[in-house]
Amino acid sequence: MDTTLLIILVVTIVVVIILRLMLRSFRQRQGGMNGDEEAPPRDEATPIARGVLVPGKAEGERVEKEEKAVEISRVYKSFGGNEVVKDVSFTIAPGEVFGLVGPNGAGKTTTIRMLMDIIKPDSGEITVFGQPLEEDTKNRIGYLPEERGLYQKMRVSDSLVYLAALKNVESSVARARAEELLRQVDMLPHKGKKISELSRGMGQFIQFLVTIIHDPDLVILDEPFAGLDPVNRKLLKDIVLELKGQGKAVILSTHMMNEVEEMCDRILMIDKGRVVLYGELAEIKWRYRNNSVFVQCEGEIGQIDGVVGRKEHGKYVELFLDGETPPRKILSQLVEKNLRVDRFEVSTPSLNEVFLQVVGKEQ
Amino acid sequence: MKKTWIIARHEFTTTIRRISYILLTISFPLLGLLGILIYQGVTQWSGEGPPPEELKIGYVDETGMFDKYTSPDGVVFMLYDTSDEARAALFNEEVSEYFVIPEDYFATGLISRYTTKRELELPRVTMALVEDFLVANLLAGEVSDDVLKRAQTPLLPISTRLDPETGEVIPPESEFAAFGLPYIFALLFMISLFSASGFLLQGVSEEKENRLIEILLSSVSARQLLSGKVIGLGAAGLLQIVVWLATAVIFAAIASATILPLAGLTIPIGLIVFGIIYFILGYLLFAIVMAGLGSIGSTARESSQWTMIVVLPAVIPIMLIGLFIANPNHVVFTILTLFPPTAPVTAIMRLSIASLPTWELLLSFAILIASILGAMWLASRVFRTFLLMYGKRPSLGEIRRYIREG
Repeated sequence: MDTTLLIILVVTIVVVIILRLMLRSFRQRQGGMNGDEEAPPRDEATPIARGVLVPGKAEGERVEKEEKAVEISRVYKSFGGNEVVKDVSFTIAPGEVFGLVGPNGAGKTTTIRMLMDIIKPDSGEITVFGQPLEEDTKNRIGYLPEERGLYQKMRVSDSLVYLAALKNVESSVARARAEELLRQVDMLPHKGKKISELSRGMGQFIQFLVTIIHDPDLVILDEPFAGLDPVNRKLLKDIVLELKGQGKAVILSTHMMNEVEEMCDRILMIDKGRVVLYGELAEIKWRYRNNSVFVQCEGEIGQIDGVVGRKEHGKYVELFLDGETPPRKILSQLVEKNLRVDRFEVSTPSLNEVFLQVVGKEQ
Repeated sequence: MKKTWIIARHEFTTTIRRISYILLTISFPLLGLLGILIYQGVTQWSGEGPPPEELKIGYVDETGMFDKYTSPDGVVFMLYDTSDEARAALFNEEVSEYFVIPEDYFATGLISRYTTKRELELPRVTMALVEDFLVANLLAGEVSDDVLKRAQTPLLPISTRLDPETGEVIPPESEFAAFGLPYIFALLFMISLFSASGFLLQGVSEEKENRLIEILLSSVSARQLLSGKVIGLGAAGLLQIVVWLATAVIFAAIASATILPLAGLTIPIGLIVFGIIYFILGYLLFAIVMAGLGSIGSTARESSQWTMIVVLPAVIPIMLIGLFIANPNHVVFTILTLFPPTAPVTAIMRLSIASLPTWELLLSFAILIASILGAMWLASRVFRTFLLMYGKRPSLGEIRRYIREG
């Protein structure tokens, strides 16, 4: 009997030691994955026509010296020799909605996954709230991935509470907040239902609630509008703008340009893993303006300095400028002529048009 | 660490609420209980049981030699002159059966027996009575009563097994302990091992299929996710094994007291302690391999097809149970005890009849632990990468490459 006890003791000790070793080797692996390999050769980024921003430090850097929500600098990532993200840099300030746009397969999701520490970049630096991503910082981020779902057999409220617990929220707090959020979106009657019993749109919305249940300071939404009807789309937009009002940073990643145009302050456009546009949305559109104005007024416009051509559009006319005269000079000439101006608009392209222009040039 | 426990707790509570888990866990105790009840029921209310108080057997004696000892204990032999009379008595239920001793009985030994009952086989108790009656009459007057008694029951064997090396007497073991226990334990152990690691596989691939992985990985690391799952589901499997072992101990006590063929049945204490250790080690090995496979397949169904590769070697010891019962110390079982995938089940079989040398036990622990570390190393290299790869199954070449690149 004594020998049996001895054997049990020895085996227990061995098992404990082995388990600790396993844990440590796993931790080391985690640490070791963080880009200690040699960085791939960086090709010097070339400026794109018309002053489009080059990655790195340049005029797009509008973020104040306050705490940056996100700072990504010169990040590279390749899978099996295929470069998916090349030299991407950007910063995001609290209280702004930042658009991450680009065609499918441009590298948006990979960039976000690196930001979330789900995959490690080959090289480059990523900080969130001024520090490299750790468990505490992860708790301050809400992430709605493009590939998303929930435990089909779990109840709505349990799903919310469990996933909030993984963000370090006490279950009593999470339960109260879940009720509050469900009430806000008129889904409180569904809280006891299983996820599989919900409609697709409802499931999508629950996923969004999971993203914000822990009151994150940074919200990352990857194609959030997919599968939502117009009513829910509106509701989601309202909540996002509310978050913005509360000083949260929001990243909106999508290939739907009109949504970005509607909601974002600044954007990063990415194509084939490379940054092609970065900066204030309004400023970018100004940069890509058609250099023309729309004018609708009573009476004959006549000769105006700085206008090199005109095109009739029925009720209004488009005046093409010479490139040196600013639009306000055109307006002042119209006013001087005592014409009643009903409409005066600087023609700006839609983001979609800008996108097609930029990406078209690339190709 | 805290999040690992949250995941572990979640996995544990979800698993023990699964219908399949509950059914599996209580099925063994229920079956055991049912077995004991049925045995007692059978022995009490049916079967041969003791013969009726006044058993009357008719006979026709054409030799004229069988007329003595007609009423030994519990039976009366009634002599009839003709077969017709005996038959009439049978139909009138005066006798329960009759037999005819023909004139040429001494030359042939043939006796015709007639009964109205439907029988699966000749009733042993009645036949023994008839045999005693015949022997008594054959030897009547020839030998003393003592010799007559011995002639009726010439053999009451007491068999003793000797150890060929030490020459010591090996205490008798019950048939069930020697042959039934290894089989039952190996089977239960395997079921529990695979149901726990199967739940893990199912869980991982379900999360992958439901696109939950990325949401989870945005809150916890891949290591936390994997270890939380392994701990939670392992705890559920362990609970199952503990319930089964506890039931086995209790039932063994009940059975050895009430069921005659199981007298002296106890569960070796080493089996319980090392059974639990082997369960933990075996579970870790299979769980890690299953988690790795779960991350590779794109649906639960696809991943479970892969598990056949893992399950097959573990079943080998069960398939060799015949050889094992005949020769538990065969060199094959030493090899199977040391080979990691077959080690837990083989070891449990050998422990259940206490035939596992200490050196083999320790060596197999060491090999198992080493292979767990190896599996961990491999799984951690593929786990994160493949978890996020949807819609396409990686080729073997790709898997090799990711293992190399990590």
